[in-house]
Amino acid sequence: MTAVPIAGSRRFHLGDAAFKAVLWLAAVIVLVTLGAILLNLGIAGRLAFQRFGIAFLWTDQWDPVRDLYGALAPIVGTLATSALALFLAWPIGFGIAYFLTETCPKSLRAPLGVAIELLAAIPSIVYGMWGFFVLSPVMSAAIQPWITTNAWLVWSIVIVLLYGMFAALLFSLLGRALIGYAAVIALGLASATAIGYLFINKTDLPPLPSEDNPLWWWFQGAPVGVGLFTAGIVLAIMILPSIAATSRDVLNTTPQLLKDGGYAMGATRWEVLTGIVIPAVRGSLFGAVFLGLGRALGETMAVTFVIGNANRLPTSFFDPTASIASIIANTFPETEPDTLKQGALLALGFVLFMISFAVLALARLLLRQGRMAA
Amino acid sequence: MNSKFSLRRAALGAIAAAATLATFGLAQAQADEITGAGATFPQPVYTRWAEQYAGQGGDTLNYQGIGSGAGVTQIINRTVDFGASDAPVAPERLASNNLLQFPAVIGAVVVSVNLPGVDGNALKLTGPLIGDMYLGRVRMWNDHRIAALNPGVQLPAIAIAPVYRADSSGTTSIFTTYLGSVNLAFNTTIGAGSSVSWRAGIGAPGNAGVAGAIRNTRGAIGYVEYAYAVENNMPTPQLQNRAGQFVRPSTQAFAAAAATADWAHAPNMAASMINTAGAANWPIVSATYILLPKNPTDAGRSLKVMQFYDWAFRNGQSAADGLHYIMLPDAVRNQVRQRWCQVQAGGHAVWTGCH
Amino acid sequence: MSTTFVALNRANYARRKGGSWIMAFLCTMAALLGIVLLGLILYTLLEKGIGGLALSVFTEPMRARGGGLANAMIGTLIQTGLGTLIGTPLGMAAGIYLAEVGRNGRFASVVRFVNDILLSAPSVLVGLFVYQIVVFPMHAFSGLAGSIALALLAMPVIARTTEDIMKLVPDSYREGSIALGARHSTTIGRVIVPAAFGGILTGILLAIARISGETAPLLFTSLGSYAWPTSLTQPMASLPIAIYKDAASPYPELTKLAWAGALIITFAVLLFNVVSRLSHHLVSRGGK
Repeated sequence: MTAVPIAGSRRFHLGDAAFKAVLWLAAVIVLVTLGAILLNLGIAGRLAFQRFGIAFLWTDQWDPVRDLYGALAPIVGTLATSALALFLAWPIGFGIAYFLTETCPKSLRAPLGVAIELLAAIPSIVYGMWGFFVLSPVMSAAIQPWITTNAWLVWSIVIVLLYGMFAALLFSLLGRALIGYAAVIALGLASATAIGYLFINKTDLPPLPSEDNPLWWWFQGAPVGVGLFTAGIVLAIMILPSIAATSRDVLNTTPQLLKDGGYAMGATRWEVLTGIVIPAVRGSLFGAVFLGLGRALGETMAVTFVIGNANRLPTSFFDPTASIASIIANTFPETEPDTLKQGALLALGFVLFMISFAVLALARLLLRQGRMAA
Repeated sequence: MNSKFSLRRAALGAIAAAATLATFGLAQAQADEITGAGATFPQPVYTRWAEQYAGQGGDTLNYQGIGSGAGVTQIINRTVDFGASDAPVAPERLASNNLLQFPAVIGAVVVSVNLPGVDGNALKLTGPLIGDMYLGRVRMWNDHRIAALNPGVQLPAIAIAPVYRADSSGTTSIFTTYLGSVNLAFNTTIGAGSSVSWRAGIGAPGNAGVAGAIRNTRGAIGYVEYAYAVENNMPTPQLQNRAGQFVRPSTQAFAAAAATADWAHAPNMAASMINTAGAANWPIVSATYILLPKNPTDAGRSLKVMQFYDWAFRNGQSAADGLHYIMLPDAVRNQVRQRWCQVQAGGHAVWTGCH
Repeated sequence: MSTTFVALNRANYARRKGGSWIMAFLCTMAALLGIVLLGLILYTLLEKGIGGLALSVFTEPMRARGGGLANAMIGTLIQTGLGTLIGTPLGMAAGIYLAEVGRNGRFASVVRFVNDILLSAPSVLVGLFVYQIVVFPMHAFSGLAGSIALALLAMPVIARTTEDIMKLVPDSYREGSIALGARHSTTIGRVIVPAAFGGILTGILLAIARISGETAPLLFTSLGSYAWPTSLTQPMASLPIAIYKDAASPYPELTKLAWAGALIITFAVLLFNVVSRLSHHLVSRGGK
């Protein structure tokens, strides 16, 4: 659609042009805002890179007394909590979306959908409080000690899941021929041996880091209740509604014609979903997931309550650690302009922006691909 | 649609106009409020004094506990009228930022624990042992070193969870100075300061946050200002002082330590009361300091701050007693008033009591 | 067809059907789990928050011990209102530009992308930015700075929703308006925007709901206060900060107050969301 200019007096053009100029100015302000934020972060943050070089990004130190800073711990904390949150929230969110689009009774679909969307609006500080006052004592008293003493079981479940994934992969690569079955059975034997070994050698995990049993690496630690795992769970619950809502919207955009074709061929619901719907909207689904990830990365208040605020690299799921947002929230008011400490913090902020930027770009790319493919 | 549109437009315009006027009005409103920010250590007593002061017709004082380090930064940035810090600021930093430092009140740092089944108040600990806990060298509550100090006490086999301050804190500075002076390994590995590189444990924001974390975490041990522990009935173990005696935290023990302070010779009135000699002295006592600009742009506000503290020196005893803080000795209060004369504007002192 | 073939088919079909049923069951369980978790949070909020609710919460200002949340609620209203006031014109103008003027041009695509980045920017970084450009030069924490931070958070939301809604307005409106001889600006201002107004309003209400719950940006800009808000150039209390400070407090009555505050703000936000949906429904039903 093109605007058809009607030849007329000069006043006509001037008013129109002025109006559009004002609109254009607003758009420029949007650009300038982001530019100013990035500039602000970059200019002050360069102090840290000048002092420590690019190694700042992978050094694990945070010593204000000696003025030595490294970004590794907060970066790992941010990525690990977000990854854990995504890992936990995505299957449940997708399950909710599938439920809402397929198996849910039609009368319940609208109210449940609205309920899910409303839950996405709960302020993050509420999640933080819930995590600290409700979840953390439960973690500390029950869940963490159980997992620590039964880490062998957790690892066994992980092995089973991994086996399932790799078996499917092998079947798709090698086909359902003799070699395919042989590979899968071999893998199965290896997994069974591993689980057997764990079962025979299971011990009560000591609550503290132990050099004796490297198999138990990631689940040891004093059950303080706050740490990487708790923060991941809280974040997962936070991004769950948005993943569910967006996935449901994506599933709803699948043309009914495609699905009906599948059903007409005699496919079951699951086969229609995995064989027709998901390939059609795969990109959009990933995009939805990445949008949720974007929110998890920048979350401050919910995480600060439950992450334990230890500026150290976590070696266990139960270790306290820090995320970039939490370390900025805790430390920024005490940093003076033009100091290395503020430079380190703003450099961290810049890194966070870059990570969010990359995740967002990826999400948009996938969403656009998904839309074009459909 | 034309009439609906202009009606809606008129309504929106009215709301916008009203909002703009309100905004303008608010911006012009007379602000009697003085803002201070910093240490959470003295926050209970400062806010109680502020309430009483306002109740007696004085100015409104808004004190926000954001941590000593942040308080110092904000007064350096001149975004607040005064800063508060438990850790005395280094003389060079005071000089380069044109700041005046004076003590306001004295308090004590105590240790609190969350040990189910154990009487925390009867528990005996020593500075070196606590230092080792924070270093991660003593990890379980039933460690023999703790048991040796507490014969007959059934210590549970749960892990020690040290709690420290996540923000830059004068309380941390006081505590780490004490630990560093009694535990050499602590001094070399972690050191003393408002913000240190902790080896073990979890962080919480503010004295309040640490107290909350201790209450919510099984096996926790942490350091807080005495008022926070006592107001919440949190157990406070006994510490061994320099004389070798195990002392319970109490106002008498704090006052005994405060009496040994050498106010006359301390630079910028930063007298140390940590690990003092004396059989009944509590080992971790400290004054907490206020920072004022020596060259204020708005002299009236600095004057209001000084007037507030002058009032507190004369009338704040009961509130301080109720919250277990210790007032400065009379002579020291007068010494502080004399120091206020260093705040100058337009060539002469801001404080009215100067000659 | 032989019977074996039919038998194979039937067994195969049973396996496939069973697998599908299992997966549907798992998804239903997942949905149940998700709903239970979220219901748990609301239940906790209600259980702990109602105990702290009392008239004093709404009438008394924050105090060192006890007190209420009245000054914090007023502070939130002021800062959210001012933030919306500043952010809405900017956001609407940018959204209108993207939908009507820039459209698919390169500049507009860049602006759209930048807007999405701002939309998902961590709010703590926005607060940090406003500290540097407003609080530090002004040498004061202020409600004004807090409002500006909230405006910067609301602007991209409003721009995005405005653009989306305006794109939904049928082209026939535009064509009709131009056929009648209207200028482009008149078309936009008097035809399209009013037609999309319901959706735009929804977007504004959603933005309000989002910024009213923000804590981190306000920590660095308006600091918080125990006093009644009387000036924009002084620190101002706000409900999220009050909740944050009280929640970290060891005093039990303050923790109760924090839960009550959390309950109030959650239900206010939920109410805003519901109202915005209803208004969209009503307006879109009545308009066309």
